[in-house]
Amino acid sequence: MIRARGLAKRYGDRRIFAGLDVDVPDGGFLLVTGPNGSGKTTLLRVLAGLAAPTAGELELPPRQTVGYLGHDPLVYRELTPLENLALFARLYRLPERGERVGMLLERFGLWDVRHERVSTFSRGMQQRLGLCRVLLPEPSHLLLDEPYNALDAQGAALLDDVFVEERTRVVATHDPARVERLATDRLAFA
Amino acid sequence: MNYVSDVAALARKDLLLELRAKETLPSMLLFVVSALAIFHFALPRGTSDVAARGLLWSALVFTALLGLTRAFVAEREQGMFDALVLTPVDRSAIWLGKAIAVLAFLVAAEIVALPAFAAFFHGLNGRTVAAVALADLGICTVGTLFGAMAVAGRARELLLPLLFLPTAIPIVVGGVGGYLWFLALYDAIFGLLSWAAFEYVVVET
Repeated sequence: MIRARGLAKRYGDRRIFAGLDVDVPDGGFLLVTGPNGSGKTTLLRVLAGLAAPTAGELELPPRQTVGYLGHDPLVYRELTPLENLALFARLYRLPERGERVGMLLERFGLWDVRHERVSTFSRGMQQRLGLCRVLLPEPSHLLLDEPYNALDAQGAALLDDVFVEERTRVVATHDPARVERLATDRLAFA
Repeated sequence: MNYVSDVAALARKDLLLELRAKETLPSMLLFVVSALAIFHFALPRGTSDVAARGLLWSALVFTALLGLTRAFVAEREQGMFDALVLTPVDRSAIWLGKAIAVLAFLVAAEIVALPAFAAFFHGLNGRTVAAVALADLGICTVGTLFGAMAVAGRARELLLPLLFLPTAIPIVVGGVGGYLWFLALYDAIFGLLSWAAFEYVVVET
């Protein structure tokens, strides 16, 4: 469960948002919409515990149960997909790491390129790997910022499958049509 | 035990990144050898040991600064702090892993630099080598903390020297004077402070 009361965030003199209440029950899907620069990314960073709010009360899940994907896929470009996921599997102290990593690489169509450097990948393939990293510890909470960015039709379909799984989900997008039907709550930034 | 394996995994990752990119260590090597060569030709013959040691320490501090400037490039350009911070790893392990990687680069540069210094100037003694080893610990622990702080700033290339160089003054004083106890004390105090402070550096306020 994610809960916030009177949430505010400022960067210097610039107010990003203020007086925001957020409730995402377990298994809920909060769809955050709004134009570029409206505060969607900042809200997700605050809810992920990556940025401190300027004011307000926050009730967040433990950080290791949160899967966060920002604008970048958050993977090391000079490592291979296998090395990236092996590193994070170790840091998350996952049992049977090899199996879990292999299964995700297969699922997202990256098994055949598992030994190639991420820097040689297209943006869409990097996004797929970013999703693998997010799903690696089987997080109960997903916080995804424009997750469909750069994904082709096949990649987007794989992401659709992720969204129907039983998790608490907060998704920020400026193109809500794809996930509108799944949303249980909506938050629109002006 | 988890802490040690986390640190080892993070340090190994940095060493692997450098092995692939080959950006930091060659720059450090070239810089330190060039600096010592310039000092050799700039100084008059018969320069005192103390003056020569002072130049060695200047070269080492600036070589370390070069390595520290590059230390968080991947984390900065690929936003990797966000991914690392969300793992259950103690945040100080991220700092320690990075400090160990920077230490490895610095030691590798010194393996070339110290014999070069011995060849250009008056030779080396055991006390100087011990002082360099102790100074390396302080440079890497404090410098890694400041490197992480600078990553978050806008003028990061400017910020790191401004933060790091004043705190490196005691290292140079201890190094030139050969005060090993002073360097060990510096390592203990600043290492502990950096370890405790890193937690607050990696989350945006």
